[in-house]
Amino acid sequence: MFGDLSTRLSDTFRNLRTRGKLTEADIDGTLRDIRKALLEADVSLDVVKSFIAAVRERALGDEVSKALNPAQQVVQIVNSELVGILGGEARQLRLSKNPPTVIMLAGLQGSGKTTLAGKLALWLKNQQQTPLLVACDLQRPNAVNQLTVLSERAGVDIFAPEPGNGVGDPVKVAKDSIEYAKSKAHSVVIIDTAGRLGVDQELMKQASDIRQATDPDEVLFVIDSMLGQDAVSVAQAFNDGVGITGSVLTKLDGDARGGAALSVASVTGESVLFSSTGEGLEDFEQFYPDRMASRILDLGDVLTLIEQAQKTFDEEQQKQLAEKIAKESFTLEDFLDQMQQLKKMGSMKSLLGMMPGAGNMKKQLEDFDEDELKHTEAIIQSMTPVERQQPRVLNGSRRQRIARGSGTTVTEVNALVNRFEQAAKMMKTMSRGGTPQIQGMNMGGLGAGNPSAKKGKSKKKKGSKSGNPAKRAAEERALLEGKPQKSEGSGSAFGL
Amino acid sequence: MVDFKFWRKDKSNQQTVEVELPKRDLSGIRSLFPGEMNADSIQDLEDILLMADFGVGASEQIVAELKQRANKFGAVNDAELRLVLKDLLVEYLERDDSQLNLTTGKLPYVFLVVGVNGAGKTTTIGKLARWLSDGGWRVTLGAADTFRAAAVDQLATWADRAEADIVKPEKEGQDPASVAYQTVQRAIEQDSDIAIIDTAGRLQNKKDLMDELGKIRRAVDKIAQVDEVLLVIDSTTGQNGVNQARAFSEVSDVTGLVLTKLDGTAKGGVLYAIQREFDIPVKLVGVGEGINDFAFFSAEEFARGLVAR
Repeated sequence: MFGDLSTRLSDTFRNLRTRGKLTEADIDGTLRDIRKALLEADVSLDVVKSFIAAVRERALGDEVSKALNPAQQVVQIVNSELVGILGGEARQLRLSKNPPTVIMLAGLQGSGKTTLAGKLALWLKNQQQTPLLVACDLQRPNAVNQLTVLSERAGVDIFAPEPGNGVGDPVKVAKDSIEYAKSKAHSVVIIDTAGRLGVDQELMKQASDIRQATDPDEVLFVIDSMLGQDAVSVAQAFNDGVGITGSVLTKLDGDARGGAALSVASVTGESVLFSSTGEGLEDFEQFYPDRMASRILDLGDVLTLIEQAQKTFDEEQQKQLAEKIAKESFTLEDFLDQMQQLKKMGSMKSLLGMMPGAGNMKKQLEDFDEDELKHTEAIIQSMTPVERQQPRVLNGSRRQRIARGSGTTVTEVNALVNRFEQAAKMMKTMSRGGTPQIQGMNMGGLGAGNPSAKKGKSKKKKGSKSGNPAKRAAEERALLEGKPQKSEGSGSAFGL
Repeated sequence: MVDFKFWRKDKSNQQTVEVELPKRDLSGIRSLFPGEMNADSIQDLEDILLMADFGVGASEQIVAELKQRANKFGAVNDAELRLVLKDLLVEYLERDDSQLNLTTGKLPYVFLVVGVNGAGKTTTIGKLARWLSDGGWRVTLGAADTFRAAAVDQLATWADRAEADIVKPEKEGQDPASVAYQTVQRAIEQDSDIAIIDTAGRLQNKKDLMDELGKIRRAVDKIAQVDEVLLVIDSTTGQNGVNQARAFSEVSDVTGLVLTKLDGTAKGGVLYAIQREFDIPVKLVGVGEGINDFAFFSAEEFARGLVAR
């Protein structure tokens, strides 16, 4: 995600970091690089221009020359301006005081509206809401069917009185859905609307009529993050024609860039609320402008990672685990437990993608084989309780039995046991506040144990030392409190 | 201009004969410069090109080159500058392999159509099939997009409109490689002139899905020779189109590009970047929603459209 831009900016900043004092020429050179990076990431030209102007003005001002570390200060300025463009503070979805909250989705054909409706519904359901999906895309063949399938997968209700494929009045459906939602006590209504190949009058009129008929609390503009310079005009057209309150970026998983995020937020003046990052219904997350900005700066999205980890690991278990590690009684049983918890957090790939410096190990991420985790799981599950508690009883014949039972080979079993021992050792070190050896963190267990993977990993460690003093302090604090240890430690426990 | 020669089977005597296909014009390209062009406005050219998705490198290079040539030829007024710019663009875009590979006479021809989600693959196939069957070709379509539920139906609709034969998966989620294989098999049995295989949209950084594409190709290779692997790219895509071209050609030996939605508000500058950066010719462009709205790519017509007043 945003990989290319991250890589480019981090190259730029590496040059900046090596210098003590900044000259005007330094700053202009850097800004040229940033301008180019932003343009190549498809950020709209106008947005790039105002961005560069704002950064330049601040960079040349007092705050840099007086700063202890000028290069860091420029990074800070770039970061805060990026956050500014991305919409400033993270904004929450506005929920109405008088339910149902009405959320309307609008956007071009192929931007991913219908899929997004399903994802949003599932997300709301997980927030203890009772969403209702409303099928108002009566144009596109099979759109109603698609939404019906999605509603089943998400386990939410759907209001689809018309068959679609050109039949039915979408404005009436939208209007009726509100009454229906009230009668069934749904707390949120999500209205999927029709798209067109390009912006046209008819599309705008219909969307605007639906808006008038339903008086939505949110009108979310759905935009494909692969869009080029056109993103601006499309966003502008929707903002003028329908009026939007926020946007959602789709297909962010597929793209190394994503300048559309910057452009859309900038021209509409509304925040990006969510991003959609995969084909699964759960591949959907809140969009945090500040975190996205630091991701662009290749500082990684440590915060998101921690948050996701916290969501899954409940505190009680964390405490027990910490005790176990301290008492050196960490077993393969815990190892399995941890792995299963980690799986709940989402795919390994998306988790790793949030790590600082992930841009550098993009190749490894792509080759990452999720199935390896399943093998590891199978191996541990083929062990007896005694073996899981005390791996040292694992002699040759036991290992052979386990390999047969799990459909793997003895070599794989051996590798796992070795990795576990290393991981346990490492966790012990970490629990005493020490720095774990990089060796224990190789990616061997994940099927990518080649030297380049190790290299990528060690780079990653370096990257997590934030250039931002406040952030670094936070990181170190978190390390002491053992939080990233949970995420990193648990990851490394399977040889990550 | 390219001289198009196509070969297909004559239904009456079963001989492979040279045929002409109905002409399609590349129109609907929007001008980059509706305003007056003069020495001062050349300064704005870089911005205009950037906003048309030409990308930083290409934009800078075109402007530098235009200035140099304008100087050399003493071009100063609107008409002269437009001509110099047009020639420059044509020079960079023209190549001699931009016609569809329908020339070997070895039937059936086999086309594989690939691309990211939502690029317009199925629509492109529909248009292509219609065009060929208008020219009297016997067309077999293969619905190897077994992932998206409605994709097969969508292709079937196009097959109807194009009066083409279609091979559908026997069951939901069938291995797309086997559907591709069956399509070619059927095309051979039915004595078709061409088999066109639709594949599921995939984002270019999803390794597993990209590997699957390689598998589809290998399956077809067993039974026939693949004449074209067409990569369909949405021209509003922006610079990511370059990444798409790179990734897809790595796994499936892309032989030609199809740029869709070129009539939209973007001006298809990414086309320039892609063709320059990779050695892959643009072969077809989609210029509208109608079944006949597509054309062979012609550097001359494209450039003329861009610089038209």
